[in-house]
Amino acid sequence: MPEPTFDPSAMAAHPSDRGRARAAVPDAPAGAPTIVVVGHGMVGQRFLEELAERGLTPEAGGARVVVLCEEPRPAYDRVRLSSYFDGRGPDDLSLVEPDFMARHGIELRVGDPATAVDRAGRTVTARSGAVFPYDTLVLATGSYPYVPPVPGRDARGCFVYRTIEDLRAIEAYAKGAATGAVVGGGLLGLEAAGALKGLGLATHVVEFAPRLMPVQVDEGGGAALLRTVEGLGLTVRTGVGTREVTVDGSGAVSGMALSDGSSLAVDLVVFSAGVRPRDELARECGLALGERGGIAVDEECRTSDPAVFAIGECALAADGRVYGLVAPGYEMARTAAEAVAGGRSAFTGADLSTKLKLLGVDVASFGDAHGASEGALDVVYSDARSGVYKKLVVGPDGTLLGGVLVGDAESYGTLRSLTGSVLPVAPEELVLPAGAGGGPVALGPAALPDEAVVCSCHNVTKGAIRAHGSLPEVKKCTKAGTGCGSCLKLIGQLMPPPADAGLCGCFPHSRSEVYEIVRTLRITSFSALLDGHGREEARGGDGCEVCKPVVGSVIASLAPTVGASGYVLDGEQAALQDTNDHFLANLQRNGSYSIVPRIPGGEITPEKLIVIGEVARDFGLYTKITGGQRIDLFGARVDQLPLIWSRLVEAGFESGHAYGKSLRTVKSCVGRTWCRYGVQDSVRMAIDLELRYRGLRAPHKLKSAVSGCARECAEARGKDFGIIATAEGWNLYVGGNGGAAPRHADLLAQDLSDAELVRLIDRFLMFYIRTADRLERTSAWLERIDGGLDHVRDVVVHDALGLCGELERLMADHVAGYRDEWAETINDPDRLRRFVSFVNAPDAPDPSVRFVPERDQVKPDLELLAGPVLAVRTLEGTVSR
Amino acid sequence: MTTATITTTRQSTPSATPATSAPPATSATAAVRLAHGDGWFTVCDRGLLTPGRGVSVLLPDGDQAAVFLDRSGRVHAVGNRDPFTGAYVLARGLLGSAGGRPFVASPLLKQRFDLTTGACLDDEDVSVPVFAVRVE
Ligand SMILES: Cc1cc2nc3c(=O)[nH]c(=O)nc-3n(C[C@H](O)[C@H](O)[C@H](O)COP(=O)(O)OP(=O)(O)OC[C@H]3O[C@@H](n4cnc5c(N)ncnc54)[C@H](O)[C@@H]3O)c2cc1C
Ligand code: SF4
Ligand code: FES
Repeated sequence: MPEPTFDPSAMAAHPSDRGRARAAVPDAPAGAPTIVVVGHGMVGQRFLEELAERGLTPEAGGARVVVLCEEPRPAYDRVRLSSYFDGRGPDDLSLVEPDFMARHGIELRVGDPATAVDRAGRTVTARSGAVFPYDTLVLATGSYPYVPPVPGRDARGCFVYRTIEDLRAIEAYAKGAATGAVVGGGLLGLEAAGALKGLGLATHVVEFAPRLMPVQVDEGGGAALLRTVEGLGLTVRTGVGTREVTVDGSGAVSGMALSDGSSLAVDLVVFSAGVRPRDELARECGLALGERGGIAVDEECRTSDPAVFAIGECALAADGRVYGLVAPGYEMARTAAEAVAGGRSAFTGADLSTKLKLLGVDVASFGDAHGASEGALDVVYSDARSGVYKKLVVGPDGTLLGGVLVGDAESYGTLRSLTGSVLPVAPEELVLPAGAGGGPVALGPAALPDEAVVCSCHNVTKGAIRAHGSLPEVKKCTKAGTGCGSCLKLIGQLMPPPADAGLCGCFPHSRSEVYEIVRTLRITSFSALLDGHGREEARGGDGCEVCKPVVGSVIASLAPTVGASGYVLDGEQAALQDTNDHFLANLQRNGSYSIVPRIPGGEITPEKLIVIGEVARDFGLYTKITGGQRIDLFGARVDQLPLIWSRLVEAGFESGHAYGKSLRTVKSCVGRTWCRYGVQDSVRMAIDLELRYRGLRAPHKLKSAVSGCARECAEARGKDFGIIATAEGWNLYVGGNGGAAPRHADLLAQDLSDAELVRLIDRFLMFYIRTADRLERTSAWLERIDGGLDHVRDVVVHDALGLCGELERLMADHVAGYRDEWAETINDPDRLRRFVSFVNAPDAPDPSVRFVPERDQVKPDLELLAGPVLAVRTLEGTVSR
Repeated sequence: MTTATITTTRQSTPSATPATSAPPATSATAAVRLAHGDGWFTVCDRGLLTPGRGVSVLLPDGDQAAVFLDRSGRVHAVGNRDPFTGAYVLARGLLGSAGGRPFVASPLLKQRFDLTTGACLDDEDVSVPVFAVRVE
C-alpha cells in the first residue's frame, strides 16, 4: 500500500489551503475532491458500491477515495458471521469482490484505523501516522458490543461476538472448556448460544428481561421460543441479571453469580447484552451526538458538520433511532451516496422486520410486531406442543400492520410484503396450520401486488423482480436477495419455471419423475424406458452417460418392487452402470481398481484384519484406512478382482459398495460398552443400520454415523443421516455433509426408541430416493425441496402425504432382497467372464497398469502412462450438455 | 509383471468358453476384426460383446483398442488410451448416442469421444485414433 506523502506540517501551517494539501497527494487528479470513509464494515462497503454505481470513484473520473479499515481484513458479511463455525472461512464471508478496489481505484488501508479527525483542517489521521485531507468524510464505524460493568468481565474466558477475530478466540478457548454461558438472550445472544452448543459446550443463556428476544417478539412468541430452545438442550434463565463473573486462581473464568443469588459453574462467558454506536471519533471532534450516543444525522445522513456523514449502526437517524440491522444501514449508504452525488434522497426511518434461523428455529417479526398502533387487533395461533406461535397485528380496517412468527416462518416473505395493505383473506386463515379448519394455508406469491416490497434489504418490489428471468439475474441487476437472504425463497417462487429441467438430451424428466415412471409402470429395462418415454430424437438410441447410470440406479433400488433383477450386472443392466458398478470396484487414475470390504460399524475381529493384511500383501495392494472406518486396498487389476474377492468372501467379508451410489458406511464411536460417557450402545446400532441399508441404491452416496453420547465422537452431524444417543434413546439428524460443502445435519426427531429410529430412517431414505435429483446429496436435497426440513418432517414423521406405509414397504422389499454382489459374482462363471483385462487375451495382465515403490508400499507408475497427456480439467468443466 | 506378446493367429476365448449369455444366434459366430498394420486383426467373437459396453483389446504391437457394440448392432473401435489421463480405460466407459452418433464417455473424467470419428465432443482439439472394423 503506497504511503501518502502528504506532509501534515504543511497542513498545520495552512489549515485552510485546501488546494495545496491536495496537490501533495500522489495520484489525485488535480482539483478532484477526496472522500475519506472511516470503517470498512457492511455499510462502509455498501457505500463504496453506491459511489461506484454513481461514477464517483477515481477510475470513473470521480473523487479520490480513501478507506480506513480497522479490522485485519476487508468488509465481510457480519450477518452470517456464525456460519464461520460451519467451516465458512473469511474468504467465503467476504463482501468485496477480489478486484473491486483496484477496478475502482479506491485506496483501502486494511488494519489502519482512524485515530483523530480535524474538522477545521478537514483531515483524518490514521494509526499509522498517515494524514488524509478530505472534502467529504463518511463515518461508518458500526457498533461495539456492550459489556455490563460486572466484576470479572475482563477475565480470561470472557468474550464478545462481533468479529471473525472474536469467533476465532472463542473457538480456540472452547477446546479446553466444557460449559459456556451467554449473557443476553436477544437475537445475537441466541446466535452465540447456538455457536457455543455447536462447539460442544453445555450452554446457558442468561437474560435480564422476562423473555427471550424481548425486542423482536412478544410474550407468546418468547414462550414458544423458550420451549424450543430448551428442547434443544440449552438452559435458559430469564428475569435474572449477571452480578459477577467469578475467576479461579489462574485468572480464568470459573462461574457466574446471578442477581437472584444463584450461581452457575462455567468455563467461558460470551457477553451479548446489546451494542453501542462507535461514536468516539465523532465525540472527540465535537460532532453532535444523541443523548444516549449515536452520531446525530439529518435525513440526508449529514452530521452537524455538513462535510461529514454518518451511516450504519454508528448513526442516530433523523427519526431518533439507532438501527442495529443491516437493511437500514444499506439504505443510509444509498442516501449518503446520493447526497455526495449532488442528488436528493432521504432516510426517514426503516422497517425493523427480521427473520432468523436461530438454533434451527425460525423466528420472524415484521412491521408493528408489538401491536402498538391505535386500534390494532391481534390474531394469535399458538401450539405449545410443536413450538409454533404466530401472531398477526391487524388494523381496524383489516390492514395487516405487522406480526410475529416463531417456529414456522414459512409465510414471512409474503406477509411482510403485504404489510400495509388490506389482507385478501381472513387473517386467521393465514396463521392456522395446514389442513386445520379447511382454510387456505398460505398466500402464494401470486397474491402480492406488483408494488409489494419483496426484498426489504434492498427495497426491491415484486414488479422489479418479475422483470428478470432467473435468480442470478435478479441478484445481479437488483441486488435483491444478496442481503439477509430471507427473501430468496419468495424470489424463487416468482421466477418462471426453467424451460426444460430434463435429465439430459435423452429424457425430458427429472430423476424423481423417472423414478415415478419406473415405479408405477413397473419398467425393468432401460431400452423400454427410453423408447417409451425418452425424447423423440433419443428413442431407439443408446442413451448417454448421464441417464444410463441414473436409470440403472433407479431400477436397482426398485428391483424387488418392479420385479427386475437386483443384481447390477445382469442383462441390460450391465450396460447402464458406470465402470465402478460394472466391476464392483473403484477405478483409480492409472486404470487399476480399489477394493473396500464392508466392515459394519467399523468393528472388526483380529482374524479378519489379518486376512485383509494377507490379501493386500499377496496381491501387492497399497493399503490405507479410510475416513469411514474401513480399509481401502488399491492397485488391483481387473483380472485380479475375482481372485481377491474369493479370499475376502471366504473370510466372511462382503461388498462395501464403495463403488456405488449407495450406502457407504455407518461409522460409530465405541459407545456405552467401553466409554465412560456413553449412554447407548452406538456400535450395535451402527452395525444394525449398516446391515439394514447395505446395497441400497440412491441418487448419491449415503453416509451415516452413530455417536454414543452428545460428545459426538463419531461426527454424526456431518452425515446424511446421523444418530446421537440420548439418555432416553436416539436423536436423528438428517442432511449433513462433509466434503466441499459442509453442512451440519438438522434434527429430525428426538429420543426415539430403536424401532422408532429404524422406521423413521426407512421412511426418510426412501422419500429421499424417490424425490431427489441426480447426484443430489441429502444436504442439497433438503435445502432445495419446497418447505425444506419442515416438509420432510411432515411427510416422514407426521405422514402428511399418507406415504409412510409405502415407503416402509419399499424398504422392507430392499432388506429382504439384499444379496452380496461379490458373493454372487465369484460363484457364477458367467458373471466372472467380464473380469479380464483383454477380451482377446484373458490371461494377459494389462501392461499399462504398473507400480513403483513409495513409503514401503506401491503407487501407480504414471510415467508409464505419460506421453502427450492433456491438461486434466474438472468434471464440471468438461461434461457438457 | 509379464508383458504378453500376442500373435494374430492366437485365437482367444470363444471356443474355450462358449457364450452362455448368448446374443442372437445370427451374430453368435461372426468374428470381429480390426484394421491393424496392413491386415485385419481378429479380436473375438461378436457374441462376447455386450450391447452398450466395451471391451479392451491387446494388439500385436502392445497397443490397445477399445471395441464397442451399440444398440443397433454396429461394432466400433477406438484407441483405448484416454488422452486426458494417459490411462488405458476408454473401453470401460459408458456408450451413448447424441444426435444419432455413438460416443463413449471416459470413465475417469467423463470426456466424450465420437466412436465414428474419434473426435472429443468436449474439446475440439482432442481426438483418439479410430480403427476400421469388420464383422464376418
Ligand atoms: C452475529 C451477528 C449477527 C447479526 N445478524 C443480523 C441479522 O440477521 N440481520 C441484520 O439485519 N443484522 C444483523 N446483524 C447486525 C449487522 O451485522 C450490522 O447491522 C451491520 O454489520 C452494520 O454495518 P456497519 O457497517 O454499520 O457496522 P460494522 O459492520 O460493524 O462495520 C463497522 C466497521 O468499522 C470499523 N471501525 C470502527 N471504528 C473505526 C475507526 N476509527 N477507523 C476505522 N475503522 C473503524 C469496525 O472495526 C468495523 O469493521 C448481526 C450482527 C452480528 C454481530
Ligand atoms: S460420543 Fe460419547 S460415548 Fe461415544 S466415544 Fe464419544 S464420549 Fe464416548
Ligand atoms: S430481504 Fe434481505 S436480502 Fe432480500
